[in-house]
Amino acid sequence: MKEVLFWIGAIGAIGGAAAVVALRNPFYSVLALIAHLVSIAGLFLILQAEFIAAAQVVVYAGAVMVLYVFVAAYVGGIEEPKLDAIPGQRPLAFLVGAAIFIELSIAIVASGLLALDSGGPEVALGFGSPAGVGKLMLERFLIAFEAASLLLLIAAIGAVVLAERRRRDESDAEEALG
Amino acid sequence: MDLSYFLVLSALLFATGAIGVLVRRSPLVILLCLELMLNAGNLALLTFSRSLADQQGQVLALVVMVVAACEVVVGLGLIVAAYRRKLPLNVDEFRTLRG
Repeated sequence: MKEVLFWIGAIGAIGGAAAVVALRNPFYSVLALIAHLVSIAGLFLILQAEFIAAAQVVVYAGAVMVLYVFVAAYVGGIEEPKLDAIPGQRPLAFLVGAAIFIELSIAIVASGLLALDSGGPEVALGFGSPAGVGKLMLERFLIAFEAASLLLLIAAIGAVVLAERRRRDESDAEEALG
Repeated sequence: MDLSYFLVLSALLFATGAIGVLVRRSPLVILLCLELMLNAGNLALLTFSRSLADQQGQVLALVVMVVAACEVVVGLGLIVAAYRRKLPLNVDEFRTLRG
């Protein structure tokens, strides 16, 4: 049963990832990423990370992707030049990607890490539940939690500053364009 | 279900994201490919968390999600600002980051 679910999730995740890279219209790329994120959330469930899977679907595939869809619709289709900026960029990129994959795979296979060639050790019933993760987060990792909330606040302020419509900037841009 | 399958899958997804960052020129799609790479990292973190039967990896995965959300907000803000100023949305054109 787990095997079947894993392969469904894996095919969905790989297909979504390939579609994000390959599709020319950014809007379709965003939709492919949503499919990818939902498949990955299924894999998280197999790994008994229920809370992370739920957060992935609600926060990521829901809220963050809505932001992407809005920006993709606002900016519209972006024309990408067919020619490479550096000669032979595409074959080189695939070579680098294959090298990363092979290197990581060798590292994983050769690592001999604990329990990697099994389904993992037995875990207690509450593993990955909101209660367990939340308790760790608010006790042992409190400083990381506070730093994360501070980072979110800074990002929100930064976004407001960046996206603010300013008359002066627009006249500057017009001057720059001549 | 061997846990090493999950790790190999996460390596494959990370490599796909890296290829996307190197091949695509549109900043919006490059942000999407960064999301792919961050999610591959999250998958590896959760696999290690499962293999050690330790929930600390899941807290790390949550922090990665927070960082990804911040990256999206600032990145999309930059794209919208560039679009408003009628700059070409092509990373090859963004050679200098002057205000």
